[in-house]
Amino acid sequence: MMSITQSRFAEALLDRTRPVPAEVTSWTSSEPVRRYGVYRNNVASGLARALAARFPVTEKIVGEEFFTAMARDFVLTHPPTSPVLLHYGADFTGFVADFVPAASLPYLPDIVRLEDAQIRAYHARDIAPIAPDVLMRITSERMSGLSFRFHPAASIVRSAFPIVTIWSMNAGLLPLAPIEDWRAEDALVTRPELSVVTRQISPGSAILLLALMRDATLGEAFDEALQADPDFDLGRNLAELMRSGALVDIVAEPSLEA
Amino acid sequence: MAAFVSKAMLAASLATAVTLLNMPQASAAGEREKCYGVALKGQNDCAAGPGTTCAGTSKVDYQGNAWKLVPKGTCVTMQTPFGPGSLEPITRPS
Repeated sequence: MMSITQSRFAEALLDRTRPVPAEVTSWTSSEPVRRYGVYRNNVASGLARALAARFPVTEKIVGEEFFTAMARDFVLTHPPTSPVLLHYGADFTGFVADFVPAASLPYLPDIVRLEDAQIRAYHARDIAPIAPDVLMRITSERMSGLSFRFHPAASIVRSAFPIVTIWSMNAGLLPLAPIEDWRAEDALVTRPELSVVTRQISPGSAILLLALMRDATLGEAFDEALQADPDFDLGRNLAELMRSGALVDIVAEPSLEA
Repeated sequence: MAAFVSKAMLAASLATAVTLLNMPQASAAGEREKCYGVALKGQNDCAAGPGTTCAGTSKVDYQGNAWKLVPKGTCVTMQTPFGPGSLEPITRPS
């Protein structure tokens, strides 16, 4: 009985076409429409505010009023599935991509994806990144068979739009200005020294890193990067990767200690 | 072996990477210090009172017992509406 009451109460919270559940009473009335309405409103606006805190640049781009309306639509169709509010909004990306009123900003879903990667990096488990000089112990015969273990905070966001520039301008890291060079940008999100860092990487780097992240060997990943960019500079990319904080280990066969 | 990649290319890349790593970094990551009372709500790096799980749990802006990592030497120069940052936990008006 208790669980039926609870589920009716919860269902009616997010579906405004439903009446106040019959079991809900107050000391002043048998059907407290206004009180239930206040509670309904608090649930929706609390969740919308949690999304705004999680996607601040997205909110800045579309403005508070637009964001709130979009977030409320999301809240009503995507109630939380976990009691942990930190995880709320993981499926906001797909929702924004299909949100017709935002269609005039085709890059917006990718900004949401970038902010989602940043917040996941912020809350990821902490492990010390690999020391850059581990690379000095590797011999050239072992290079092609190397595989890489990535930090839980590291991720790649690829986009057909200049998302890193747009994000940086709206996050206050670059002055707001017209974007002259409107082109695809890829981002590497890492968290060295407990701070989330977002940097732009070349398409070849993104291809290399994504291949390494799905456990391709360095030889296979380099091959993919070269097919996309015949001038791909693996040496410079390896040095940057070692210093980025995105790696926790390099695995060689036979092992580096052998 | 992959279609395009030769052993010579990989060896050359390793040499380049090692050379680059041996060069001093232009902007080495500086030392940091814990700065109390400067983090915005939910954006502290750690320490936000008993019973919390730390990072991202501060409840108000500039909470006095929540800290953020900042470049060394800059903490006490940071101004907030309640005064400068502190290297020790402090009391902020609530």
